[in-house]
Amino acid sequence: MSTRILARLARSRWSSPLVLLVVWELASRSGLIPERTLAAPSAVVATLWTMLVSGELPQNLLVSFWRVGLGLSIGVAAGVVLALVAGLSRQGEAAVDPIMQIKRTIPTLALTPLFIVWFGIGETPKVALIAFASMFPVYLNLYSGIRGVDVRLLEGARSFGLSQAELIWHVILPGALPALLTGLRYSLSIAILVLVVAEQINASAGLGYLINNARDFMRTDIIVVCLMVYAVLGLGADALVRTIERRALVWRPSLIKA
Amino acid sequence: MDARLQFLADTPAAPASPAADPIVRLNRFTRRFGDVTVIDGLDLAIQPGEFVALLGRSGSGKTTLLRTLAGLDSADGQDVTVPTARAVVFQDARLLPWKKVWRNVALGLKGADIRARAQHALKEVGLGHRLDAWPLTLSGGEAQRVALARALVREPQLLLLDEPFAALDALTRLRMHELVLALWRAHGCAVLMVTHDVDEAVALADRILVLDGGRIAAQERITIARGARAELTLPLKEKLLGILGGTPAHSGLPDHVIPFPHAAAGA
Repeated sequence: MSTRILARLARSRWSSPLVLLVVWELASRSGLIPERTLAAPSAVVATLWTMLVSGELPQNLLVSFWRVGLGLSIGVAAGVVLALVAGLSRQGEAAVDPIMQIKRTIPTLALTPLFIVWFGIGETPKVALIAFASMFPVYLNLYSGIRGVDVRLLEGARSFGLSQAELIWHVILPGALPALLTGLRYSLSIAILVLVVAEQINASAGLGYLINNARDFMRTDIIVVCLMVYAVLGLGADALVRTIERRALVWRPSLIKA
Repeated sequence: MDARLQFLADTPAAPASPAADPIVRLNRFTRRFGDVTVIDGLDLAIQPGEFVALLGRSGSGKTTLLRTLAGLDSADGQDVTVPTARAVVFQDARLLPWKKVWRNVALGLKGADIRARAQHALKEVGLGHRLDAWPLTLSGGEAQRVALARALVREPQLLLLDEPFAALDALTRLRMHELVLALWRAHGCAVLMVTHDVDEAVALADRILVLDGGRIAAQERITIARGARAELTLPLKEKLLGILGGTPAHSGLPDHVIPFPHAAAGA
């Protein structure tokens, strides 16, 4: 009986992280890992609770959410518009695509100093960095999605007398939607990545501010709490896109079977 | 040669009934891609309600001809008369996977009762129960029936079929033949079916055109009732296969126009 439970535990994907947590906790309690190096899991959970109750974590999280939300909205909107311009017309492609391809080669985070010079150290450079970075995945994926729409489907629809506008609405845009959602997923994860860096710029609120503050006071428990929040943000972003995909792409056979 | 097979080799594009005006008329139609002449001075006339099969090997120009008739390629100001009420069924059904079956059928239709019209067309092809199915869940035969419904819901005067059954299994293909004949009789539209299957052409068509090197290399009219064709048309099948397979080895030009065997036809 007990051997069967042990065997099942050995195969479970939950056991190794749990073992790691237990070892970590024991090492902390026995003094093997000093608290200034890494706080014990129990201490992290306790800190998480106090930060939640005091409102410190929700308030700062809200600030970070606002930055990501605003930056993403601007970036995704710009990416979609530019991809439509470049994808749907030859002139648009000639005008937009070369610039986008050149800009793509510059790592967004390397622009941080320039953005600070331009926009100061307030909210603007943080939002601008997130917007700028999240624009590219959406642009690249939607643009190639539009260009990759099956010409046979286009031709078939054209043979039934659809106008150019109807072709775009009924064939090109739905055909490019899976690519757009892939781009959106990349944009979300990049937005969170850039948020981490952008919030190191003289922030007075937000997750980055919490981490910076905790570093100054060597509060490893708070740092770990913030890392956990970042991880949850990433998971949440992925779940969001998955939900959109499930609703928007019901016609795909893998989703039909599921 | 069977007396009921009436060969028309010397009278190109002979009308089924001389009284009616053809709905499709091509005069000396030529199409070039760069230096390659795909269609070379082709004359073609199709009467209303006529079922024409267009036979040809790969590269014989049959797809180019069909694309011109479908309006997918411009005719560049040449003497081409094609009805505006026309519809195409492609070899791959080309259904939009993100639209439910009935919306595919209704694609581009205007008016209030489009769902009812789509439903009627789908019932005609025996798919009245799959209105709200997603196209990617259909079998090959079902998808092709949806494509037929999508073409016929427009009440075309000319129905263009581009190797519509080539990708189907033999049994499904036979059932599709019956369905196409039933729909053709019910709707009374002219049909131009591109195929490289001689059996299919003989089983379905009023008239068979053999395209080779961008010209009509042969044409045959079949007056035998469709049900009785299986054995009576054996000599015709062999002859058509001979034309299709008869690459003149001595010419050294694989796409050279094959002369129609006049002697054989007269015998």
